[in-house]
Amino acid sequence: MTTIIAGSVKSKTTVTHRIDEHTPSPYSIKRWLFSTNHKDIGTMYLVFAIVAGLIGASLSVVMRLELQQSGVQYFLSAGEPDGHMWAVFITAHGLIMVFFTVMPALIGGFGNWFVPLMIGAPDMAFPRMNNISFWLLVPALCLLVLSVLVGGAGTGWTLYPPLSGLLGHNGPAVDLAIFAMHLAGISSILGAINFVVTIFNMRAPGMGMHKMPLFAWALLITAFLLIITMPVFGGTITMLLADRNFETSFFVPEGGGDPVLFQHLFWFFGHPEVYIMILPAFGIVSHVVATFSRKPVFGYLGMVYAMLSIGFLGSIVWAHHMFTVGMGFAANAYFSIATMVIAVPTGIKVFSWLATMWGGAIRFKTPMLWALGFIGLFVIGGVTGVVMAIAGVDLQIHDTYYIVGHFHYVLSLGSVFAIFAGFYYWFTKMSGCVIPEWAGKLHFWTTFLGVNVTFFPMHFLGLAGMPRRYVDYNEIFEGWNSVASLGSYLSMTSTLFFASVVVITLARGKKAVKDNYWGEGADTLEWTISSPPPFHSFSTPPRITG
Amino acid sequence: MQIISTVGKLAQKLAKAVTARSSSCLKAFAIAISAIAIDAFASSSATAAAVELAKNWQLGLSEPVSPIAKQIFNFHNNILLPISFAICVFVFALGGFICWRFSEKRNKKPSKRTHNLKLEVIWTIIPVIILVILFVPSFKMLRSIDDLSNAAFSVKATGHQWYWSYEYPDHDGFTFDSNLLSGDELKDKSKRLLKTDNALVLPVGQKVRLLITSADVLHSWAVPRFGVKMDAVPGRLNETWVQVDKAGVYYGFCTELCGHGHAYMPVEVHAVSKGEFAVWLRDAKKRFAKNTNKNNFALVVKE
Repeated sequence: MTTIIAGSVKSKTTVTHRIDEHTPSPYSIKRWLFSTNHKDIGTMYLVFAIVAGLIGASLSVVMRLELQQSGVQYFLSAGEPDGHMWAVFITAHGLIMVFFTVMPALIGGFGNWFVPLMIGAPDMAFPRMNNISFWLLVPALCLLVLSVLVGGAGTGWTLYPPLSGLLGHNGPAVDLAIFAMHLAGISSILGAINFVVTIFNMRAPGMGMHKMPLFAWALLITAFLLIITMPVFGGTITMLLADRNFETSFFVPEGGGDPVLFQHLFWFFGHPEVYIMILPAFGIVSHVVATFSRKPVFGYLGMVYAMLSIGFLGSIVWAHHMFTVGMGFAANAYFSIATMVIAVPTGIKVFSWLATMWGGAIRFKTPMLWALGFIGLFVIGGVTGVVMAIAGVDLQIHDTYYIVGHFHYVLSLGSVFAIFAGFYYWFTKMSGCVIPEWAGKLHFWTTFLGVNVTFFPMHFLGLAGMPRRYVDYNEIFEGWNSVASLGSYLSMTSTLFFASVVVITLARGKKAVKDNYWGEGADTLEWTISSPPPFHSFSTPPRITG
Repeated sequence: MQIISTVGKLAQKLAKAVTARSSSCLKAFAIAISAIAIDAFASSSATAAAVELAKNWQLGLSEPVSPIAKQIFNFHNNILLPISFAICVFVFALGGFICWRFSEKRNKKPSKRTHNLKLEVIWTIIPVIILVILFVPSFKMLRSIDDLSNAAFSVKATGHQWYWSYEYPDHDGFTFDSNLLSGDELKDKSKRLLKTDNALVLPVGQKVRLLITSADVLHSWAVPRFGVKMDAVPGRLNETWVQVDKAGVYYGFCTELCGHGHAYMPVEVHAVSKGEFAVWLRDAKKRFAKNTNKNNFALVVKE
């Protein structure tokens, strides 16, 4: 017998085939290389994201070491400051964190693992395509690393020409970075198609769209954003590639092209991209908050439509990244209003999470701490977002550290906090191993302190006028920079602690855990199967009634 | 391949730094705490007039010296900051209260309520109202930023890798480069990365039209205390304006990543009285005579 409460499934069905004799050995290379199993692919995505995340984070710590003091201490070549290498570092940090950490973790990792489980599907719709989406990421990252080794693309992750053109980079580095983005883009598009088809076609009987868990909704909207915008990005960087190698002049002013056109096309993808990174995070936080409040999500439909409108609005506000390119009054005014409007559905989400907690019986387990941290810090990132949306005020803070502070509040403290919330929430479900509560909590509090000490002072630096992407700065900016650096060392220590805890926990092996180890509040379908789940789950779809 | 060797050297330095840094870290932290206290409680008495760009441990925007910067300053400090602060305090207080009141200890039996239409309407409408309140003044501000009428004359700034060059098209079109001073040329070390050999000179109290473009890659011409930031795009002539209301030396930056020397092409502006400006003009025309752009034409149409 199964009952439904808006978006969540309370199921008392027992899964008959718990042990699957077809489970291949974890030590077989074939199992991973040729995998078509959504759980294995999800696991590979998560491992990949953690490895890439550690690389990306190390780059940022090197940058913070440099910025701790005024003057150039480390980024020197032949005793002279090397501004190019600095630019290579910021570019690599940005691209790795966006394309190889946050997206693989949220979409490829948790999406692959839990969308099929939550909707009661046996696997993703196109298992082989799922395999290729993952395995395209590996060569993509290799190409990016290769690009760094042949001189590096010092263009920023935005790849603006003419700096990214032959004028600024005449070596092969930018071409390799473009190829890396091509592969990562194809990987994302294939993944997105897979999610859309899976969610539309493979929901368990009885699970209408309005009964689907919020995480699945989030992934569906994310997938649509990817399908709409990623091809534009692919086209744009291909045009750049042609400008570089085949003497076209899409973005070359001498040939009648326009560098600003690149910015429009890039941000047509680039802005939805930030929602691609935050919507799955919203989904995870909704489930975690509901579980640990022991209450169903408040305002389920409001949450769904808030996400839909965030996805839609997020696609028509791109030029708020370009208030200083000289667009003129009308365009600036439109992009300013449209951007501010996004605050409304975002507010709905925040208040709905608070209302979910209201009246609940809240337990402060590790995942809940991360989710609460997410909500609080996302609010800070949200209000600074409104400040920047006002085109006039943006003149003062555009391309300063204020921006760096803002987008790290929504990404490094937003998306990444949600990734950790999801990780602690589902880790035992995925692996059967149990991370000790004290370790999770220590990780949370040290990261929380570290990232806030790192990123909050950046708002002060930005308001005082310090530009971003500077390898060196005048002494007047030294104070807050040194504080920010301290914070980043703490966060990095905490991240390494996390990685070791995960490795040790996995090495200690599985424990006997319940199917639904969080109890009553966790009411989606993945909690009805064993932890870890059998290799093939829901071979017979569960029937959802009510 | 050069990059590999530099990365190697970097690693060596890193190892040394970690040991050397730990004591200075603590000191920096102590200074930070005391500085915040001083800033927060004694900001009004701070002598902002002596500051040309910003001061160490500054928390907010620098004192504005142009009408646009004043508008931005007031809008940010009097409207945005209080509203943002209020929203954060409200959400954190509410969240804190919920965590306390509805923790498992105090509330054993969770409610099952999942809808409240009135509440949902309220938390949709109130943000809309706040945004409308914000948008009206921001609209006005955008208008005045875009109002280029009645400029006294034009100055053209061209971004290069990695310096700015300035041209006075309405004053016989003389031009000069503004390069960063470093090493022995730099007398006052506290002006490192800010001081240039030839500053842009503007008269106080006059509306000047700024024409901004680039000769190579993207740059952006920004002076925080003027509230001006305009991208320099090759093939495009962007325009904006500035009216400096107070004589002094002001610094700014290139704020669009332009490659290796991005951090090394500051903007230096000297705002002087009309009389001094006339004297400077006469001298500059002679000094930069051989740089004069003969093909130019007056860019300002007097109304």
